[in-house]
Amino acid sequence: MFKILRARLFQGYRTGKFPYAKPNLPAHFHGYPILDAAKLTQETIENCPVDAIKLSGGSATLDLGRCIFCGKCAEHSDAVLFTNEYRMGTMSRDGLIVNGIPSKADSAKAEGIRRLCGRSLKIRQVSAGGCAACELDFNVLHTLAWDMGRFGIQAVASPRHADALLVTGPVTKNMLTALKKTYDAMPKPCFVIVSGACAISGGLYRDQAETMNGVESVLPVDCYVPGCPPHPAVLLDALLRFIGSQAVAPKE
Amino acid sequence: MNEFLFCTNHTFFARQAVPLHDFPVFRSLLLREVPNHEVAAFFAVPEQDEFFLYAALLNPEKHGLDVCSTKVGKSYPALTPELPALSWFERELFEQYRIEPIGHPRLKPLRFQSALNGTDNQRPEAGAAQYFTMQGTSVHEVAVGPVHAGVIELGHFRFQCMGEDVYSLEIELGYQHRGIEKMLEHGPDKKSAFLAETAAGDSSIAASLCYHRILEAAQDIRIPARAQALRQAALELERIANHIGDSGALSGDVAFLPTASYCGRIRGDFLNITAELSGNRFGRNYIATGGVRYDVSDDTAGKLLAKVNAGEKELMNALDLMFDEPSVLDRFENTGTVSEETARQIGMTGMAARASGLKRDLRISLGSPEFPEHLRQCASGRTGDVLARAAIRRDELEDSLAIVKKILSALPEGKCSENHADSVVLPADSMIFSLEEAWRGMLVHAAVTDSNGKFLRYKIIDPSFHNWGGLEMALRDQQISDFPICNKSFNLSYCGHDL
Repeated sequence: MFKILRARLFQGYRTGKFPYAKPNLPAHFHGYPILDAAKLTQETIENCPVDAIKLSGGSATLDLGRCIFCGKCAEHSDAVLFTNEYRMGTMSRDGLIVNGIPSKADSAKAEGIRRLCGRSLKIRQVSAGGCAACELDFNVLHTLAWDMGRFGIQAVASPRHADALLVTGPVTKNMLTALKKTYDAMPKPCFVIVSGACAISGGLYRDQAETMNGVESVLPVDCYVPGCPPHPAVLLDALLRFIGSQAVAPKE
Repeated sequence: MNEFLFCTNHTFFARQAVPLHDFPVFRSLLLREVPNHEVAAFFAVPEQDEFFLYAALLNPEKHGLDVCSTKVGKSYPALTPELPALSWFERELFEQYRIEPIGHPRLKPLRFQSALNGTDNQRPEAGAAQYFTMQGTSVHEVAVGPVHAGVIELGHFRFQCMGEDVYSLEIELGYQHRGIEKMLEHGPDKKSAFLAETAAGDSSIAASLCYHRILEAAQDIRIPARAQALRQAALELERIANHIGDSGALSGDVAFLPTASYCGRIRGDFLNITAELSGNRFGRNYIATGGVRYDVSDDTAGKLLAKVNAGEKELMNALDLMFDEPSVLDRFENTGTVSEETARQIGMTGMAARASGLKRDLRISLGSPEFPEHLRQCASGRTGDVLARAAIRRDELEDSLAIVKKILSALPEGKCSENHADSVVLPADSMIFSLEEAWRGMLVHAAVTDSNGKFLRYKIIDPSFHNWGGLEMALRDQQISDFPICNKSFNLSYCGHDL
């Protein structure tokens, strides 16, 4: 008993300051990219492993829904520059298309969600393929370092208790039925959040025989969180804006 | 003709150099060698209507692998009845190429996938398999998954129970199957490295090491000492983060919350150290052909060393609490025991095998450790229960922390990456084995090239592939309520198995 208390004192209070202060992001963090169409070469476009960059009629776009943030495009050219902007989650698929203009952290559906869920959100997470890294960094939000429960966000065991489904992975053919059944078991109205390039677009596994091209081909999606996997700060920021939390991101 | 071709890790050799035996000879060789040697790989390469079967066994005495082959048609007499370690391999042959091992006792799908050679596109329905069942008034069946109550991956578990006691557990996977091996065929291309890396997200460093060592072998690149050290540090940091997470999760599963809470946070601190090196908490894209993508300044290395030191103190404090708590030890001890004999028979690998007393560690058996003095023979005197799998994590954490600290405190001078050509031409009609001791155990990438130097076949064998059977065995005669801690004590990868 005393040993446990002593350990408690030794370990201290360690919940991070985010979202009340900026998150501690690593030096080589790849956040929201800035795109310079004039400097973009065909080689850079073709080298993208997930074909996220498009150039048509002089205007370039980078699809964050496909991007795995590997940084290949920024390595040999300065047409793409990855900033440390972590507020990348959006409430629409179009919002993920980067065209050179800085991101606007939207929270378009907040009003409706606040009315329905009263600022709390119970999430049923379903892996639908993928490499499990997205699940791991969602799990991390439950640890005391991030303490997602403070904001009324919590993962629940049963879809019947859930307001939202958080799906990771490209949706493998083998998971199609189980994913649909989980969604059907949720009381409506409910929301679908997709986390990671796989779940948004199929990611690395796009256009393959064994997978679907992301969740949108199966279920309606309300919130998109890009990354491979999304950093916990990217995911938590998106969830907070999604529910219209007061604790949204710090002032510049 | 030699019985086997001996090859070292990360070395190309001509396919023709592999001894090709008639099946009865091949069979007798395996019957003689498999009981005492780890099976690194057993897979098929199609050629017209026939199939080459390649078997690669670890040779720890000579620090390499022994490889032999045979040729079969649509079927052959199964080896599993004599060699249970080959059971999942033979199921895989059956599923990937419809080669039937006649007499296999549990021949059913592993991943519910289409055949790789495209002759048969009948997809079996996921999970629809013949399960072992029991009849009787006091018998009941529990079916769990693929979607589980927690935030975890997908799998289906069938328990045959008598009251609270589990008579048999059967595990069906495949829900995460994305077709990675198929996608890697005809590579290497711009996607290959990322596909290999994401076979299992929590083992990204080990997987990308396996992959890039293949490309480096093709170009005969010598890795600078500094890059070698940084790679080793990243690999050990991956082991550390996962072992910490599992220790905490084990504690949480027996409702001892202090250690669970602290470890959850400390794991994150170590992921963040990996992120400082690589930009990503899982070390994505850190390993590059020729070395590592980012160098570290002396200043950063010093800061990271300080973080490792601080993290170690907090970690040991958290683990002490758990290992001093009688109620925790009582739940761990004699729960989910896998005997050394069983572990050997079914061919378990890595940390779980060592917890059952088998001395299996590629860092030692392939003679690759840069820091042998820090690797204790973790296997001696282990009991094979949940307690053993918890305790071995603690010992391995100490070893890996010592390695990381040593690397960060004295990084070799020089560059962090060797120059290399952008497009790689692999030796034609060749094979290579690239192995790493990932945190769960032996991770194998085997590549076979065609006449154009492209991947004809890229075989990935995750350590979990060997160990899922161990979890099935661990549950026998246990209470069903012990399933969560048994499962967590292995913490196997679903996606690494499913590919």
